Amino acid sequence: MTRFAFALTALWGLLFGVVNVAHAEFKVEISGVGITQIPIGISEFKGGDLAPQRITQIIAADLDRSGQFKTSKPGMVIDENTRPDFVAVKSKNIDGLLTGSVTRLADGRFDIRYRLWDTVRNQDLGGQSFVAFTPDLRLVAHRIADQVYEKMTGDKGIFSTRITYITKHANRHMLWVSDADGENAQAALTSPEPIISPSWSPNGNELAYVSFEARKPVVYVHDVSTGKRRVLANFRGSNSAPAWSPDGKTLAVTLTKEGGSQIFIIDAKGGEARRITQSSGIDTEPVFTPDGSAIYFVSDRGGSPQIYRIPSSGGPVQRVTFTGNYNISPTLSADGKWLAYISRNGASFKLQLMDLATDKVTTLTETNHDEKPSFAPNGKLILYATQVQGKETLMTTTLDGKINAKLSGQTSTIREPHWGPFLKP
Amino acid sequence: MNKTFISFLLALLLTACASGVKLNEVPVVDKKASSVSNGSSGSGMSDISASSSSSSQQVQQPTSTVEPVNSLGNENTSAGPANVDKVVYFDYDSFTVKPEFQATIEAHAQFLKSNARAKLSLEGHTDERGGREYNLALGQKRADAVRQSLSLLGVNAAQIETVSFGEEKPAAQGSEESAFSKNRRAEFFYNK
Repeated sequence: MTRFAFALTALWGLLFGVVNVAHAEFKVEISGVGITQIPIGISEFKGGDLAPQRITQIIAADLDRSGQFKTSKPGMVIDENTRPDFVAVKSKNIDGLLTGSVTRLADGRFDIRYRLWDTVRNQDLGGQSFVAFTPDLRLVAHRIADQVYEKMTGDKGIFSTRITYITKHANRHMLWVSDADGENAQAALTSPEPIISPSWSPNGNELAYVSFEARKPVVYVHDVSTGKRRVLANFRGSNSAPAWSPDGKTLAVTLTKEGGSQIFIIDAKGGEARRITQSSGIDTEPVFTPDGSAIYFVSDRGGSPQIYRIPSSGGPVQRVTFTGNYNISPTLSADGKWLAYISRNGASFKLQLMDLATDKVTTLTETNHDEKPSFAPNGKLILYATQVQGKETLMTTTLDGKINAKLSGQTSTIREPHWGPFLKP
Repeated sequence: MNKTFISFLLALLLTACASGVKLNEVPVVDKKASSVSNGSSGSGMSDISASSSSSSQQVQQPTSTVEPVNSLGNENTSAGPANVDKVVYFDYDSFTVKPEFQATIEAHAQFLKSNARAKLSLEGHTDERGGREYNLALGQKRADAVRQSLSLLGVNAAQIETVSFGEEKPAAQGSEESAFSKNRRAEFFYNK
């Protein structure tokens, strides 16, 4: 629906301020204003008070965080069966209007229905009905936000996907799985020793990570729904930096078993490891290209840590970053067009984005302690860890750096995020 | 539509739950002409309950629960030579074993050579600046540097495993040089 791409309000592009979207249940702090935001009205759903979760607030927060929408409350309750008064809606300066209802069913479930209207052309853009018990109401809201996003931008929404991250509180290290907005977090692992580098399998069922519980770094693969886990790599020396191949059949890992930190490929079921890189220094932080044909990684072979690229079966190495003397933590968008990474400049560590077609690099953040970027599965947002006013936090940014949102949900130290894949509905 | 038919449709709606239905795929019903009208005067509306194939999408988390796991802790016990330091420190961005720690390293070398069954873990650490995985690799370089010093003194390499904790296990808290200098280190840990 490209017509919405033109539906920007020029005024918003001229302003650059801080917008705090406060909600009763949780707070989404969003800063910046994008230049191509679609103005959309989120009406109160009829019967919305019946549900323990404020469905429309979750939808609005999702859409705001995406940076692609400017949500507003038109101040009316409209269900999905009611045709809006388009004359009245005209004055609201919105291009879309979300309507809907919440009904409590006899068995305790809720029936949530929505309909989206194109208020420029006064057209019905369709809707859907979802039936769910209370614990899944957030997911319903995220699904509706996904559908609104897709109907109005043409891109798949990522609000119903999940992220993982690590928290540390005193000597408790915990691995979490949460909704993409940081809410609804569930603990997958609690350990007295550090956990780092969690990485989602391509099917979204498993996490690979590094745990120090055996008094050395060992790579585990953990099925999040059963809690069953297995040791993937526990070779002599250190085992770290797991990264899944796109088909989920193998992982790249950093091992020191042959001296120095070098990148190896290992079957997802475990077994022997096959060495890919050959250097006398550090090679680490591998990440596969979306087609699986190559691996981006960090190496100090040139004297300072830089990002390089190597065929995933091994072979000639090609340097990718040339600006600055400390570039680490590469990650690629699913379309293979963008490389995000962290660059040190003085005492600052900042999230960078490289357009791989042109090698043009832009700095995306105002923060100074950025770590561990990963792309949303639709490639439109980057999740990263950073510090705001001395406190660890997780944030998302749009690829133009204009919209930054702080994820809520945790109050202790929070780090090592990784954005999971699209899940089958 | 008569009431029996409406009841039939409602029964269908309530029992079906497997697949989703897109509201815009069902027939458009003019609300003014429909007996299931809720009073809306709008036209061109599609109607959820008018579809004979109607079903609602049952929504459930793909992984509705995350099974929590508690990992076991491990005890911090270490044998080794008595009255000998079990840590050496490094300069910023350096992996060179400083001369002031040579006596410590020689004492450990002596112990390992006279106790052929002793097993040593050399654990490298960094300060908090920089990426966690890259720091893990830097800590490994420090542990490897100490191993190299021990090897030069004739210690059997098979007695030593070098590992890294990167920035994950700081000896001192804080974000200033006094803490950083205590954290850039390699520790000697003897497995009993």
